[in-house]
Amino acid sequence: MSQPTQELLSVKNLAISFNSKDTCTKAVQGISFSLCKGKTLAVVGESGSGKSVTALSLTRLLPKPPTCAVSGEILYNGQNVLQYNAKQLQGIRGKEIAYIFQEPSTSLNPVYTIGNQIAEAVRLHLPQISDVKQYVVDALGKVGIREPHERYDAYPHELSGGMQQRVMIAMALACQPNILVADEPTTALDVTIQKQIMDLLKEIRSQRTMSILLITHNFGIVSDFADEVIVMFRGKIVEQGPTHEILTNPKHLYTQALLDCIPRLGQKQKRLRTIDYSKLEVNS
Amino acid sequence: MESNSDRLLEVKDLAVHFPIRKGIFKRIRGYYKAVDGVSFVVKRGTTVGLVGESGSGKTSIGRALVKLTSVTAGTIAYQGDDVTELSPKQFFPYRKQIQMIFQDPFNSLNPRMTLYAIIAEPLEIHFPHWDKQKKRDRVAELLQKVGLSADQMGRYPHQFSGGQRQRIGIARALAVEPEFIICDEPVSALDVSIQAQIVNLLQDLQEELGLTYLFIAHDLAVVEHISDYVLVMNKGKIVEQASAEEIYSNPQDPYTQKLLEAIPVV
Repeated sequence: MSQPTQELLSVKNLAISFNSKDTCTKAVQGISFSLCKGKTLAVVGESGSGKSVTALSLTRLLPKPPTCAVSGEILYNGQNVLQYNAKQLQGIRGKEIAYIFQEPSTSLNPVYTIGNQIAEAVRLHLPQISDVKQYVVDALGKVGIREPHERYDAYPHELSGGMQQRVMIAMALACQPNILVADEPTTALDVTIQKQIMDLLKEIRSQRTMSILLITHNFGIVSDFADEVIVMFRGKIVEQGPTHEILTNPKHLYTQALLDCIPRLGQKQKRLRTIDYSKLEVNS
Repeated sequence: MESNSDRLLEVKDLAVHFPIRKGIFKRIRGYYKAVDGVSFVVKRGTTVGLVGESGSGKTSIGRALVKLTSVTAGTIAYQGDDVTELSPKQFFPYRKQIQMIFQDPFNSLNPRMTLYAIIAEPLEIHFPHWDKQKKRDRVAELLQKVGLSADQMGRYPHQFSGGQRQRIGIARALAVEPEFIICDEPVSALDVSIQAQIVNLLQDLQEELGLTYLFIAHDLAVVEHISDYVLVMNKGKIVEQASAEEIYSNPQDPYTQKLLEAIPVV
């Protein structure tokens, strides 16, 4: 905290392996990055590249049976999360590091009202608040839900996808975390709703100094939103640096290939470029 | 087939309404107008893109065209024949010509069927007289066409990645040699890199087999890339239709403009 760089979270040489039958497969290895206060770091890569695994490991949310070995260091405020006991973990999950997931309809509990679900987190992490209901209603209002008082008693299925994602954001922000991990927050949403949600996150980010770890495969969002980018391929970081630099002058073959295969508005090509994986194999 | 042979599909004032039932007796209290007065033409050998937000009625149109949803009003003419009122039996020959590719390659393939069974199923229905060897050869040929290999025939869907499964879905659609394929968000569930492969595959197949596509998607950049003509839908109505170049260079309707503005640019 007293460090001049204001590194809030730093991951050093992280490696995670999963059990499959009787072998141990490495899902990610050699992951090192740091997240500074008030900054946004984007993680991009294809599915299976280890983006989500990295994000979940930050508060050790990966289920134990398939996970067989985790090595390296995850330093949050100078302390290694990998050595935390259950109680210490409970203290940072949701309170210090909060998550928003891709699919709001499956991450909300269908049998509880949305108000109740947010209140649960607030009661657990902020016991000093006496009027929890009012606090939750305010939290819902802040993420742009109209008539939050009435919506408090709504069930998830009564809300649209965009509204559900707002509820997820309200829940994640209710305990005022220092780090927000957004795991593909808009992938399941329409472009217009995506814009609303990203605008909302921008607004929240500017209101308080919160760091965001944004996982996405949408380069448009990255260029619009992130300060720095990490590009992952097959469990390893192949390139990292400031957003502008990565997007305009990618050094690694994979980053170049990934940027090339995006169809761009107003630039009609005959064919889309695809990634030649065999070439990458040789180079990496 | 007579005068307008290049008009493969002609939809006029199509409406699909779903009843809203309320109360303990589930009486019909109103209608949800998923598609409300939509007209368009799909010309042979072209790709028509259909864009709009979720809930705008894109998928309902696709489903109505293959009679998976009943039509409330309007007409659907296929090669000049009005197919709107046909019974399932009368519509049967058209099913061979109109095929569909679905959005989610994880849910649209039966997990208990092998690749061979999945792709041969439409063959068994439409070509019941084919013998086993002929079906096998056809399945092998189809797998090669979509970039898979014939010796993967005995495998199950879970052994394939998302992009490969979408290829299986395409092979199944191609099995009966259709003329017209409705692609309902075929690449929305895929990574950009895999999306590019599938889009290229669809374009190659179109060139090779002279296919006609109705390409439903919400990603405007992909639609621009693949389509000759674009329909923009909002709340059950088509708000704008024009050639792909025109829609993107000079959008007329405020809703189209809003959609285009919402896309973050790289």
